[in-house]
Amino acid sequence: MKALATLLAMLLLLWALPAAAHKPSDSYLALAVEGKHIEGRWDIALRDLDVALGLDADGDGQLTWQEIQDRHGAIAAYALSRLSIAAGGAPCTLVAGPQQVDDHTDGAYTVLPLRGTCAVIPRELTIAYRLFGDTDAQHRGLLRLGEGDNPRTAILGGERPVQTVPLSQAGADGHALAQFVAYLRHGAWHIWIGYDHVLFLVSLLLPAVLVRRDGAWQRVPAFRGAATDVLKTVTAFTVAHSVTLALAALGVLAPPSRWVESAIAASVVVAALNNVWPLVPGPRWAAALIFGLVHGFGFAGVLADLGLPRGALAVSLLGFNLGVELGQLAIVAAVLPAAWLLRDTFAYRRVLLPAGSLAIALVAMVWLGERAFDVKLPGV
Amino acid sequence: MTRKIAVVLALLAWLPSMQAVAAPRTPASGNEVIATLPRQDDGLRALRAAAAAAPADPLPALALARRYVALGRGSADPRYYGQAQAVLAPWWGRPDAPNDVRLLRATLLQNGHQFDEAQAELRHIVGTDPRNAQAWLTLATIQSVQGDVPGAIASCGRLSSLAAQLETFACLAAAGANTGRMRGSEQLLELGLERAGDTAPETRTWVLTMLAELAARRGDKAAAQQRFLTALRVAPTDSYLLGAYADFLLDQGRAADVPALLRAHHRNDALLLRHALALRAMGRHEALAPARAELQARFDAAARRGDAVHLREQARFTLHLLGDARAALALAQRNWRVQKELADTRILLEAGLASRDRAALQPVLRWIRAQGLQDVVVTRLVERAS
Repeated sequence: MKALATLLAMLLLLWALPAAAHKPSDSYLALAVEGKHIEGRWDIALRDLDVALGLDADGDGQLTWQEIQDRHGAIAAYALSRLSIAAGGAPCTLVAGPQQVDDHTDGAYTVLPLRGTCAVIPRELTIAYRLFGDTDAQHRGLLRLGEGDNPRTAILGGERPVQTVPLSQAGADGHALAQFVAYLRHGAWHIWIGYDHVLFLVSLLLPAVLVRRDGAWQRVPAFRGAATDVLKTVTAFTVAHSVTLALAALGVLAPPSRWVESAIAASVVVAALNNVWPLVPGPRWAAALIFGLVHGFGFAGVLADLGLPRGALAVSLLGFNLGVELGQLAIVAAVLPAAWLLRDTFAYRRVLLPAGSLAIALVAMVWLGERAFDVKLPGV
Repeated sequence: MTRKIAVVLALLAWLPSMQAVAAPRTPASGNEVIATLPRQDDGLRALRAAAAAAPADPLPALALARRYVALGRGSADPRYYGQAQAVLAPWWGRPDAPNDVRLLRATLLQNGHQFDEAQAELRHIVGTDPRNAQAWLTLATIQSVQGDVPGAIASCGRLSSLAAQLETFACLAAAGANTGRMRGSEQLLELGLERAGDTAPETRTWVLTMLAELAARRGDKAAAQQRFLTALRVAPTDSYLLGAYADFLLDQGRAADVPALLRAHHRNDALLLRHALALRAMGRHEALAPARAELQARFDAAARRGDAVHLREQARFTLHLLGDARAALALAQRNWRVQKELADTRILLEAGLASRDRAALQPVLRWIRAQGLQDVVVTRLVERAS
């Protein structure tokens, strides 16, 4: 009975064992990048390697593990001579570890563990892929770069033997323009959702349509004067935050984020209170310049959160900065005309300007407390 | 108990083919057979040597490439097409490439369902060499597949003065198969086969398969059955023929005959699909599950590569084996934009009916009416749809 069971099981095994599928030739290249280091595995069909290298030493059509092991050096050398990876214009070294085997739908594959080191921390990998280019023109390398739910993929080989694949989400579309636009959007979006920056700007804009004379607000005689004042203020802010943003993104300066965030909140408090009780001496643009330096470090923090490493490409930095400017301009375009129209009214001078500024100062003080003491107040 | 153990063991045997559990391993013994390589006969070896000895001469390269294409056709293994292309690499992209290279290029493009590119290549050939019978025939085939009946008939007309009568009749029958002239085409083809003496076995298989399919479409089961069996005696391993016969058996409620017919052909996605459809029709769910998983893995692998060659099969799989009518409809529509053979039309109707999408059905219903397409199964589907 036992023998019968074994026989039956073996028959079923034979019957059920699926024939490996017919499919075009592919290799599967999975890479992960950590700092300057590359780790990965490369699955290459043994059938294809046999066509190129003649692995089946005794020619019996049955490829044994011994026959594969004997040619390990040749397999690794053949494969690695047809794959090169570069980052930042410099080639990365690449070595293969001891091979294993795995099964895919069309049969058995050798698995080459890969290890590599690049000269710089890669933002993108430039991959030149020529495996089996001379024996099978329809062969492709299916690249999977990165782990988790959202890896980059690419189909390597064929008419496009050299491809550049970005590593980060922001650069997903590959070329510089798409990256620029992506960062531009990030910058503008950050201004839109960055309430501290918005309130700081509004604090600076509210009094721009008025001028303080003898301890009281007077109307600015011409729109041109108000616009010039705003232009000076906004430009000073932009120049200042661009400088610190660049310094932080390039890794020259890296102040602790808690201090930076607290200082930004403090800058909002001071700018708002200054509208009620003038405490900052000198013109408003000078204040914008000084506080702008602080806000630049804040933007750098956002940029780092987006996954942009230190020493980032100039193009993404520029895109982000321009996005911030566009966001600011949108706020100016919304606030300034309204303030100009309302500037003569009692409501604006006696209620909106002082009360609005005080309200802004109050919110910013709460932020300051939260950030300086690292606590979260409910409901704010 | 015995049976349980057997089933468990049989299921375990499937595990290596399923992607989800795949993990690299180090074999324990050097004697373990890791892969079985396709046997390559000595003829191929000699052709390879000849091509390697004269790398600048296109003639031995063409002979080798033709052999690879024939191997690809016979085994339905697309790797051979890639190898054919690699052999012709020195002449492949050149504007002054010989017409023989262009003809193979057109064949390979057609194989990858790049029909427009293949047509452009063939038009160039018949423009410079209007007496190239093979180019006219391939052109007519592509035009038929794409639903361009007048174009296909015109190409068959050019073929008539260059090829044997049976080839011309087969060309015309293929061009007219989806029109109201189907019955006439069939009679012409039958007559041609009777009168033809020595014909190449490939032509004979092609004609017999077509005759069997045409009889099945008229609902003449007996004639279809007899013609399928005659064709199978000529070419027992022809994958197109096997697929067509399996479809006939499935339509006739004879699913039980399918697994034996396709037993040795599970490498071929289209034939494994028919095998799985038969298992489903027989209610053999425990055997169906691994076949379905295997097919899913193969479609996933094709998708990673960006292949759209198996859209028709994938639509059938998605509709009948996954039961996802909406997804199947999307696949069938994408497929129908590229090719309009009977099977493409039928799966689109089935998916449209299953997802109750009347808007999606309208273009195909209009097309069927305009063409005068005849097929007993399609007629039933059209009645349900209108």
